Amino acid sequence: MTEILHIDWTRCDGRGLCTELLPTVLVRDDWGYPLALQATNGNRSNPAISPGNIEAAREAVHLCPKLALSLVPEQAKPRQ
Amino acid sequence: MTIQEAVGPAVDTLRGSAGTYQLFAAGSNAGLAEHEQAFGPLSLAAIDAGFMSVLGESGLTGRGGAAFSSWRKVAATAQGRGAALLPAKPVVIANGAEGEPLSFKDKTLLAHAPHLVIDGLLIAGRAVSASLLYIYTTPAAMPVVEAAVAERRDARKIKVVQAPETFISGEASAVVNSIATGVALPLDNRRRLSAAGLKGRPTLVLNVETLAHVALIARHGSGWFRAAGSERDPGTRLVSISGQGAGQVLEVEGDARLCDVLSSAGVDLSTVGAVLVGGYHGRWVRDLECRLSPSGPGENVINPGAGVLHILPARDCGLEATARILDYLARASAKQCGPCMFGLPAMARVLSAIAYGDRNPRLVLELERLTKLVGGRGACHHPDGTARLVSSALEMFAEDMKAHLLGTCTRETRSAI
Ligand code: SF4
Ligand code: SF4
Repeated sequence: MTEILHIDWTRCDGRGLCTELLPTVLVRDDWGYPLALQATNGNRSNPAISPGNIEAAREAVHLCPKLALSLVPEQAKPRQ
Repeated sequence: MTIQEAVGPAVDTLRGSAGTYQLFAAGSNAGLAEHEQAFGPLSLAAIDAGFMSVLGESGLTGRGGAAFSSWRKVAATAQGRGAALLPAKPVVIANGAEGEPLSFKDKTLLAHAPHLVIDGLLIAGRAVSASLLYIYTTPAAMPVVEAAVAERRDARKIKVVQAPETFISGEASAVVNSIATGVALPLDNRRRLSAAGLKGRPTLVLNVETLAHVALIARHGSGWFRAAGSERDPGTRLVSISGQGAGQVLEVEGDARLCDVLSSAGVDLSTVGAVLVGGYHGRWVRDLECRLSPSGPGENVINPGAGVLHILPARDCGLEATARILDYLARASAKQCGPCMFGLPAMARVLSAIAYGDRNPRLVLELERLTKLVGGRGACHHPDGTARLVSSALEMFAEDMKAHLLGTCTRETRSAI
């Protein structure tokens, strides 16, 4: 099952640790906040994580200083 | 824009579709007696699990903007209790925050028909076996709502809570946050309110107009509701019309044509340049033949959102009007989420530069780039709604944009927003 990396925008402060750990998934936008390189269903906020990136994504979840990241199963779509 | 009196227009200026009033049938400032005389008393005991299917058949959608199927929301909350041994009892909140500056239909409804909203809240509460009921509303509507609640024995468990007058205060998770903590800011959207909202309980947030329709559907049935409107957009909705003359609230049939709605409000169609449909998170429209239905946008259909219709006079500049709104929206960001906090002001700066005479052609590309950049990147829909407005302005006012870049815009600036 694909997992998506959910970014809690109310917490993220954009210092960009996650973009360093996941350079093929996230880049920094104009202000340093993580931006999905590829949109998942038109959404550049919650990128799908491929199996090759899952370890790095877990690390990002653990290391994010703001506890802004979480991995969620793809079905659990965020609230509309 | 003539800023609406806090309580909204008097009922004699409110008109229903084809001359019939439904939501305002009890007249101006209706008290409990007038309410019961017009609609008959509420028999709450008759509301059981079967009401869910009546609501489903009615096809009622939310009138607060998002237009979700109301019964699905109610059903999700009823199920949100889960299978625990001692399931938490749900909470139902009547949302009357109406933070959208161009909307005043909810204030008007609460001022004139508060008992219909209370009925709807009691019915929804019973349908999901709620133990806590709230009405969340602006300071201006508080006295009327509190008086109406005090008038009724059956409304004793309803708490009336004041909403701050901010653009974002009516977003569903901001409503929950406000009641719980006094901070009317949206919560991260991983949390589902139907499962864990206020105090961790399944929470149902319904717009006050939606609840008024619920009260009528409970009395008259789904067939009665569907007699107005169309298959894809049954029932009626309230619209707030502004931008020309005094603000008006009208009750119109679902799927109504925009030109018909404007004509019945007495608007001279030849003076209309464009109409902002759906408010600050909505879209600019020029085709007045289009229909107002949540199934839009599509061929000749536009989503009315919370029912805002704001007229831009033909002589006014749409780019400047949009620049002013965008400036407001940038300031209205709750400044929790980076892309919203920085992206919206950046967009506003670029559009203002274009609107006020900077002729650098790259500004348009920059605005398009920023608009894409903020999409989907916030805890609430504020960035998306803002992006929607800007995209529609770029599309509808493409000619004006060219004129601006050539320095030949001849419209009057200082539009009325
Ligand atoms: S590591 Fe956390 S706080 Fe830092 S940019 Fe990424 S999500 Fe935001
Ligand atoms: S997206 Fe913007 S308005 Fe919405 S919660 Fe985040 S900062 Fe606030």
